[in-house]
Amino acid sequence: MKSRFAAPLLAFAAVIALLAAGLALKPHELPSPFIGKPAPPFTLPRLLAPEETFSVSQMKGNVWMLNVWASWCAACRDEHPLLNRLAQRGMRIVGLNYKDDPEDAANWLRRFGNPYSHIPRDAGGDVGIEYGVYGVPETYLIDGDGVIRFKQVGPLTADALRRKLLPAIEKLRGEKS
Amino acid sequence: MIAELGHFALILALVVALAQAALPLYASFAGIPAWMALAKPAARAQFLLVAVAFAALTHAFVNSDFSLLYVANHSNRSLPLIYRVSGVWGGHEGSLLLWSLLLAAWGAAVAGRARQLPDAFGARVLAVMAMISAGFLLFMLLTSNPFARQFPAPPDGADLNPLLQDIGLAVHPPMLYAGYVGFSVAFAFAVAALIGGRVDAAWARWARPWTNIAWAFLTVGIALGSWWAYYELGWGGWWFWDPVENASFMPWLAGTALIHSLAATEKRGVFKAWTVLLAVFAFSLSLLGAFLVRSGVLTSVHAFASDPARGLFILLLFALATGGALALYAWRAPRLASRAGFELLSRESALLINNVFFGALCFAVLLGTLYPLLLDALRGAKISVGPPYFNFLFAALGAPLALAVGAGALLRWKKDRARRVLPKLLAPAALSLAAGLALPAFLPHYSLRAALAFALGCWVMLSVVPVLRAAVPAGHMWTRIPRSLAGMALAHFGVGVFIIGVTFTNAYSVERDLRIARGETREIGGYAFSFHGTAEHRGPNYQATRGEFRVRGGGRDITLHPEKRAYFSQENPMTEAAIDAGFTRDLYVALGEPLGDGAWSARIYYKPFIRWIWLGALLMALGGAIAASDARYRSRAPARMTQTAHGAAQVRA
Amino acid sequence: MMPARRRQRLVLTALLLCAAGGAAALTLFALRENINLFFSPTQVQAGEAPGGAAFRIGGMVAAGSVSRGDGLGVSFDLTDTRETVRVSYTGILPDLFREGQGVVALGAMRDGVFVASQVLAKHDENYMPPEVDAALRAAGRAHFAQ
Repeated sequence: MKSRFAAPLLAFAAVIALLAAGLALKPHELPSPFIGKPAPPFTLPRLLAPEETFSVSQMKGNVWMLNVWASWCAACRDEHPLLNRLAQRGMRIVGLNYKDDPEDAANWLRRFGNPYSHIPRDAGGDVGIEYGVYGVPETYLIDGDGVIRFKQVGPLTADALRRKLLPAIEKLRGEKS
Repeated sequence: MIAELGHFALILALVVALAQAALPLYASFAGIPAWMALAKPAARAQFLLVAVAFAALTHAFVNSDFSLLYVANHSNRSLPLIYRVSGVWGGHEGSLLLWSLLLAAWGAAVAGRARQLPDAFGARVLAVMAMISAGFLLFMLLTSNPFARQFPAPPDGADLNPLLQDIGLAVHPPMLYAGYVGFSVAFAFAVAALIGGRVDAAWARWARPWTNIAWAFLTVGIALGSWWAYYELGWGGWWFWDPVENASFMPWLAGTALIHSLAATEKRGVFKAWTVLLAVFAFSLSLLGAFLVRSGVLTSVHAFASDPARGLFILLLFALATGGALALYAWRAPRLASRAGFELLSRESALLINNVFFGALCFAVLLGTLYPLLLDALRGAKISVGPPYFNFLFAALGAPLALAVGAGALLRWKKDRARRVLPKLLAPAALSLAAGLALPAFLPHYSLRAALAFALGCWVMLSVVPVLRAAVPAGHMWTRIPRSLAGMALAHFGVGVFIIGVTFTNAYSVERDLRIARGETREIGGYAFSFHGTAEHRGPNYQATRGEFRVRGGGRDITLHPEKRAYFSQENPMTEAAIDAGFTRDLYVALGEPLGDGAWSARIYYKPFIRWIWLGALLMALGGAIAASDARYRSRAPARMTQTAHGAAQVRA
Repeated sequence: MMPARRRQRLVLTALLLCAAGGAAALTLFALRENINLFFSPTQVQAGEAPGGAAFRIGGMVAAGSVSRGDGLGVSFDLTDTRETVRVSYTGILPDLFREGQGVVALGAMRDGVFVASQVLAKHDENYMPPEVDAALRAAGRAHFAQ
């Protein structure tokens, strides 16, 4: 019987199908119901100037990014050099400090650099819930009308920046002018 | 500039690999000797080019060139030099470069010994290896370029994961990868044989030393990984049945089966199709391991940061390499009929039994590893397969295997008689049974399982003696034993050592997680551990809280200093266990957390004979290497073999 | 009467089949006995998890919820942002255990508390166990849908 020599091939095909299904099972990008919707408004005290507040409305007319971060979040450190670079290029980044100790957060920024134009402090995580944050870090791109145009779940990568975020920013800036 | 040079060398290496894959293969059919002869210099050039790339990345690490994204993410100015070097393979991109380097090194080594092979066959082997190499170089260049730049360069790097800042883990990946990609040689031999449609004793003789050496590397790599997990992860286990550990273990099991079936194919020309299939499997399981570790489909504590694009690429590579080989097998294997017969009681039967059991073990690990994925895909259920599954199966299937190994190695080829074999086994059997029965008298409590397992370990160790005696006629020197036989005996002896290590560690370890106050003394495993508080201690790139434990017992006093380290670049603390290692027992102390008033939670373990686990693995690897250096793998080379080639062979063996 | 050689071959084949079959049966038996199902806090609170049997639960350690008892006892809330389950554990927690970190615990429900025999975090700190990630995503999605 010759077919027994083909059996390994068939079994292997099944394994490959399973592994391919396994890859497909992990959706690393999922559409957020928030994209195309107005960014939920909030007003919070600022981390480095607690007597002042930041509110979403003051960003009106600007293309800006909302980055959710915390000093206890290790992945935030990974994406931080990218944020520093974006800020150097003139991007306005608002850093929502999520469920963090203010002193830890300030120390962390001293060590890794501060790319943020404003740092609202979400001590209880309420704003995070409004934005549907389910892991830190997350990053939102918001246009001049206050509408969320893009969302990155998890740390920004150089690749995601190059392929998605930067084109989206260019597009928004193009629309504006 | 140097980084760009490295990148360019990689691209050139890919071009060379593609040429090496296509031209000699075509020439082997068309009969163009000049093109076939290209394979050897191409393999050497490829190795040289990848080595240049590797040196370029190492240079960037040593000089802290943080304009390279990969360096910035895996190194740091305060990192000691040795870890800046090992940081080269501390992440996905660099480890892939190491993988490619070793693959090219094996290719160059095969090219160096290719004079032994018929021209067409040698050309095909090198062409197949170049295809694999090209696949990985393409993978690296398209999805995981270690030389990617970032501007501006950050002032300092993010640091290497502190868990990887360790000598055990610095050496572990090169060993492990040398084993993984070493199986690509056996794979290429199998594919070349399928293309040619011929498998004979000479084929098996060529394939054996390569397989043995790859297997020895893999054995050492796995043992190092286990040893590292034991002292570095802070909870004192030596094997966790984690998917990534399983990923390295499956090729080992298939490789072990391959080594044994190759013996039968060389000596008796039997199991040809099966041996070829095992050679395909051993490397395919290495590829599967690479996929599991790098794609993120499985939950594991060791997996690299996952990226579906990379996963898809490796899956494609895996599908092409293994799918192609198996399709070739389905087409050509029917002509690899084995005609030689053998009787029920013969070495062939014993090797067949070995293969059935190793095949079953390998399948069991594969099933246990992929089953969570299967259920997830079919029903969306999230499950995990617990260690008891694997432990149960390895005890149930390993025991008969260990029982058979003593007798199997003594059996003659083709046909043997029980009347001849049994008397020789009487002494080892009696001695090991006696040892098993006597054991409880010297130990704190009786365990039937431990007694039986100990007897089994002794049996495997002692049964080596009649095998060696049978090889030496009375009055001759023991040094006359052929190396292949000596290697086999040593490896089997190592199995016995390993079994005893596992048995004692499992049955007689004492493990206590406890609260211990300053000045307090606890008795564990016959040793008195007293805690003398903690002090601050500063390392090169971390701050540590260092505890002091004085241990009395066993005839001498020991002081142990477990640490809780805070690396400057990391948020989380790291446990650094303190271990007093000994031939018959380890004492293991790790700090947990401060509980106030100077008290700490701590793990204090007494681990009898745990060193024997790794000692056994090292003996196995040494045995494999000794067997690979057997005279017959060298002496049959054509006469024009030069002195230098001969010397190189000895070095490699 | 079969020739001796053929009879021996038959015996050998039968033996091998028995060994392979036995190994397969053992494997399946062991697999059935030793799988642990995974549930998210939302599923546990909805009563989907088995009553007394062992299973795994995963989520994030809720901020400010970790409390120590006597000796080595510790308890904390595990959340998928939607529901929360109290977990109690006796022993030494892994280094990477901390608030906001994704962890997986193995154990069983007893009187409304998950009594864990093992708590796992990963050695890479940028880590969210895939099951935990999925559970958090599922909870997040449900949250958006409301």
